[in-house]
Amino acid sequence: MISLAGRDIVHSWGKFVFTGIGLGLLIGVTLTMAGVYRGMVDDARTLLNNSGADLWVVQQGTLGPYAEASSLYDDEYRGILSMAGVKQAANVTYLTSQISQDGHDVRVMVVGIVTASHGQPGQPEFLLAGRHITRNHYEAVADIKTGFNIGDEVQIRRHTYKIVGLTKRMVSSGGDPMLFIPIKDAQEAQFLKDNDAIVKQRRRTAANPAFNKPSVPGLLEAVIASQSVNPFVNAILVQIKPGFTPEQVAEPIRRWKRFQVYTRAQMETILIEKLIKTAAKQIAMFLVILSIVSAAIVAFIIYTLTIGKIREIAVLKLIGTKSSTIAGMILQQAIGLGMIGFVVGKIAATFWAPVFPKHILLEPADTLTGFILIMVICVLASLIAIHAALKVDPAEAIGG
Amino acid sequence: MNIMQMNRRTLLMIAVLAPLFILFIYVGMTSGPLAPVSVTTATVESRSISPALFGIGTIEARYAYKIGPTAPGRLKEINVDVGDSVEQGQLLGKMNPIDLDDRITAQDLSIKRAKSAILVAKAQVNEALARSSFAQSQANRYKKLLQIKSVSAELYESKRQESEIATSGLATARANLSSSEQELSRIRADREGLISQSDNLSLVAPTKGIISGRYTEAGTTVMAGQTVVEMIDPDSLWVNVRFDQQQSSGLRAGLPAQIKLRSQNQQSFQGQVLRVEVLADAVTEEVLAKVLFKTSPDTLPPIGELTEITVALPPMSALPVVPNASLHQLNGQTGVWLIDDGKTSFAAVKIGTSSLDGQVQILDGLNTGDKIVVYSQQELKSSRRVKTVDRLTKEPQS
Repeated sequence: MISLAGRDIVHSWGKFVFTGIGLGLLIGVTLTMAGVYRGMVDDARTLLNNSGADLWVVQQGTLGPYAEASSLYDDEYRGILSMAGVKQAANVTYLTSQISQDGHDVRVMVVGIVTASHGQPGQPEFLLAGRHITRNHYEAVADIKTGFNIGDEVQIRRHTYKIVGLTKRMVSSGGDPMLFIPIKDAQEAQFLKDNDAIVKQRRRTAANPAFNKPSVPGLLEAVIASQSVNPFVNAILVQIKPGFTPEQVAEPIRRWKRFQVYTRAQMETILIEKLIKTAAKQIAMFLVILSIVSAAIVAFIIYTLTIGKIREIAVLKLIGTKSSTIAGMILQQAIGLGMIGFVVGKIAATFWAPVFPKHILLEPADTLTGFILIMVICVLASLIAIHAALKVDPAEAIGG
Repeated sequence: MNIMQMNRRTLLMIAVLAPLFILFIYVGMTSGPLAPVSVTTATVESRSISPALFGIGTIEARYAYKIGPTAPGRLKEINVDVGDSVEQGQLLGKMNPIDLDDRITAQDLSIKRAKSAILVAKAQVNEALARSSFAQSQANRYKKLLQIKSVSAELYESKRQESEIATSGLATARANLSSSEQELSRIRADREGLISQSDNLSLVAPTKGIISGRYTEAGTTVMAGQTVVEMIDPDSLWVNVRFDQQQSSGLRAGLPAQIKLRSQNQQSFQGQVLRVEVLADAVTEEVLAKVLFKTSPDTLPPIGELTEITVALPPMSALPVVPNASLHQLNGQTGVWLIDDGKTSFAAVKIGTSSLDGQVQILDGLNTGDKIVVYSQQELKSSRRVKTVDRLTKEPQS
């Protein structure tokens, strides 16, 4: 038995294939949109993964270094290190900054990390080129998305940093690429004011009679010196020893050290359900609408294709073709169209995803769901077309 | 004919669809979880590395002198300005003496009066001497006259008494003279004291050097001990360097150091570690050291300028060495990814010293000749398929 659907497709293959490709591009957009949403969530998770921490110790009453500003004294980590179950604790600072390089601006998240020994939480896990930071000042490891190369010198606030290593997928929750610098420099970058501000501050202090008493020489100098110290960090990243649960370690720190401590699960909740909630919802909303529109377009295309063949179907009916054969033909065509669309969509999405400035995550599970949805929509759409085809009067084949 | 036409159309369609499906399979295999991870590899070599320590410091003067008055007062004059070279003992400024000079003048006059008093006392002594010798000779004469009974005993007694009175008068006059002389000495000592006080009001350079600060101007009231001018010995410049405590092992006096001034980034100076301070900075967790310039820079760098110091340590004995980019953390262990037949496996290692160019000694866990992953496109997992490439970034490394 010859395939009626196949024969029909071969008959007008150009129309069929190009409709499929058009449909595929639409599906590609939908898959990409799903990828954008997944990418946002993944950026947030990557941020947590990359920090290498089990616990985040932050200022009391704040939502941690990513969702809210937090500052702690930089010697507090010593006390944390002495708590039961703590394997490693390292200071970290985060500062979003605009860096000028060769006339163009790059928005980066400057991360201050402990570089003195290998394996401290917060350090980049893997490199694409170069080396890790070995000097404890004025060296940087950059994410490849910053566009910097090994040997480049970048200016962050008052110092010049040499790029010594490149890494990948180290991004902030907002998708900004990270630039790792030694913690002491980062503290200075974050908390030390610019020169003009320092000079003005000195003048302001000198003008204050309380700080500039003629009878107490040296007081003004002491006050000014105390104004330009920066013993703060944004968070302490803690790794726990095997055999302890995160909550077991977190609770004593909360209770006795009087800090807010977040576990990995809590941090993920903060990032995904608080920080990127609105943006993610926005994308999700758009994704839903795009899916509905895509489904509608698929249905219309299949319906139009069938209606376009209505005279031929009438002829088939006239020569006594069984209804199931006609229905099968339409169904097979619809599924074929869906397959081509899916394949084209997947290829298109994969090829244009890396071009996007932010991370697009095409998850296999999403792709599979997409495939099933497309098939279901195609089948449903073909049912309407089948209904229209079976209703046709064979007399139309002869009539005008 | 019809079948031929059909076949051609089928072929055409296959020609369009087949590449599409091949592309689809290619996409599926090269992206997502099925794709191999691109990595670059290296072979573990046994060689010697030269570790170095890196610190930052500020230029400081080893000898800095803060010169000010020892008692509160008003600054009368200041003769030097910042940058002036001064000699040892040079007068830099003077405090207002208030009444000190007048008091010295008063003492001068007192000395004159005391000298006059001495003259008077001397005259008195002479007078008493004359009186005494006359009374003595009278007494002697009356004694002889009494022996020949020419005068009465009573008269002799009165003459003898006169003589004794004259002798005591002489003693009194002499004592008077001595007292006047001592008074003069006392006034002289007082005057010396006032002159010393007056000298103390002068601000004098304790040594040869350069004026580095002038903090108050003439007419200002300054406290005891407050700095009026500051001077340094320009030949005694050194760098106060801070090294992170975790990266300071091996630091000791005598090691060669390279000094880079912030203002002269292209040029570096040779130096030497003079000493490692006994006291470390507990707050900043840094070790402090002093580095001397081997030859002083032609132009004096400003005191307080930021410098970068690299201290070279002696080369280590040869051991297996890996780049620090190849070190990873897995389940709390430091290790490297070994690569064998395109499959990766994690090997925990014990790391030793590392050099500033990113080479790390492996004390245990690796052998020379092992093939390891250096760079990877993403974080590796066990038994992950990998693809070895030459480099992962577009630009050649410079």
